[in-house]
Amino acid sequence: MSATDRDMLKLPKKKFKMWNWVWVILMILGLVLSVNNTQTSLPEFFANFDQFAEIFVQMAQPDWSYAGTAIPYLVETIKMAIISTVIGSLLAFVYSLLIARNIVHNRVITGVLRFIMNIIRTIPDLLLGSIFVAIVGIGPVAGILALTVFTFGVVVKLFYEAIETIDPGPSEAIKAVGGNGMNNIMFAVMPQILPYFISYALYAFEINVRASTILGYIGAGGIGLQLKNTLDMFNYNQTGMIILVVFLVVLVIDFVSTKAREALMR
Amino acid sequence: MDTTMKKLPPKPVTAKSRAIKWGGWIISIAIIIWSCTGIDFGGIKPTAGQITGAIFNGLFHPDWSYVYNGSGEDLVSQLWQTLCIAFLGTFISAIISVPFAFWAANTRHKKFWVSESGKIVLTFIRSFPEIVLALMFIKAVGPGAPAGALALGLHSVGMLAMLFSEAIESLDDGPAEAITAVGGSKFNVAVFATLPDLMPAIVSNTLYRFDVSVRSASVLGLVGAGGIGYPLIIALNYRQWSRVGIILLGIIVMVVVIDWISGAIRKKLV
Repeated sequence: MSATDRDMLKLPKKKFKMWNWVWVILMILGLVLSVNNTQTSLPEFFANFDQFAEIFVQMAQPDWSYAGTAIPYLVETIKMAIISTVIGSLLAFVYSLLIARNIVHNRVITGVLRFIMNIIRTIPDLLLGSIFVAIVGIGPVAGILALTVFTFGVVVKLFYEAIETIDPGPSEAIKAVGGNGMNNIMFAVMPQILPYFISYALYAFEINVRASTILGYIGAGGIGLQLKNTLDMFNYNQTGMIILVVFLVVLVIDFVSTKAREALMR
Repeated sequence: MDTTMKKLPPKPVTAKSRAIKWGGWIISIAIIIWSCTGIDFGGIKPTAGQITGAIFNGLFHPDWSYVYNGSGEDLVSQLWQTLCIAFLGTFISAIISVPFAFWAANTRHKKFWVSESGKIVLTFIRSFPEIVLALMFIKAVGPGAPAGALALGLHSVGMLAMLFSEAIESLDDGPAEAITAVGGSKFNVAVFATLPDLMPAIVSNTLYRFDVSVRSASVLGLVGAGGIGYPLIIALNYRQWSRVGIILLGIIVMVVVIDWISGAIRKKLV
């Protein structure tokens, strides 16, 4: 075997990528800093693991008789989620049309409205909940308002992006055969965006059902209040029951809504 | 002129599809009406408008003295702690997620029920309320930031492992087969084919999850698991609106900056 043959058998040398090392070092630095700041120690956690496990074991034996108490609250939670999804996504519908750049051509208006939308989107749902509890007082109304704003943030972002990607062909065709603006929206824009809108609203509904089950924890109505009560009284069997029914409902709603969205998009 | 040309062709609507459409509308409207019944819309505090005004006033006249005073209880150090909780939580969950992802990924050489069981476990973790998890960890390690970080670390697994497993499912078999063909061992396959292919997806999904974790970490303080949520709830309870304003501004700025940075990095990765 000649020298050139041996050279050809060798793999090409990997390029030395400095950035990879920079990232690794940054990651390690971040890890050290955050462990230091939060004073987290895994040994301490494992030393107290039996405390953690004990709660879990109690939750794993749900108190079946508690289901009768929990279900009415769960129904209220779902009602809250439905109302806020409807209001929030209707608001989002109008707002998305205003910030879509192929519908409103004024860049200043869309820019300002988008800035407001982005700020609303940054606030987490539970924070919204606690602010609305401070404003309107304890009860389901605070939860509905918080979820409405939250739904609005979720749907607007997805929906205006969908509007901007619609095919201009049908609109042009309708204009070409002499249709007016109303005809354009009715026959060209709406048929294209409506399936997206319903799909995103359903998606927001899935998130809302999950979110609404804990909103009650801070006093915003629904089953979260029972969650807090049972936890405060150390009735972990009942907490387990609540988590179980919530899990089942979330599972069913996710399944139905995923199937519905698949059917819509077909 | 031929008048038949002016007629539009009839819409392809059958009785069945029309029935489904109307049925869907009627059911959804019935559900919406049903959901409006039985909810107590009363009980709104009469001062609601006043408080809203006060909060907006606080947003525009924030309590600047709270930003930094060196005591460790100020806005900057609380936000920094929130970031640290999110970082540590994401780090822990990224490590735990990898084996879970391989369990739940529906690849060719696996029995159907293995990946299905993994997916159900992940769904369960996802829908286990974060706050309950935080409270369980508070029982174990005491109130404060560690409980928040651990709770986030465990909770994020549900979502992150699902995203990872989707990445594994969409892996190309080619590189792995090539390495097996030239006589590579299973270890070689993992190091030279699976890992390099998977790395961008893992990093990008983890960064995305970090965004979400920053939002979650700013909420966990509401139950005493460290971070900015605790001073916020105190300020809300004591009606210190200017402080509420500065905390909200701080959270918004932090979330926007983190979203922007991680978005820029993810764009570079793809």
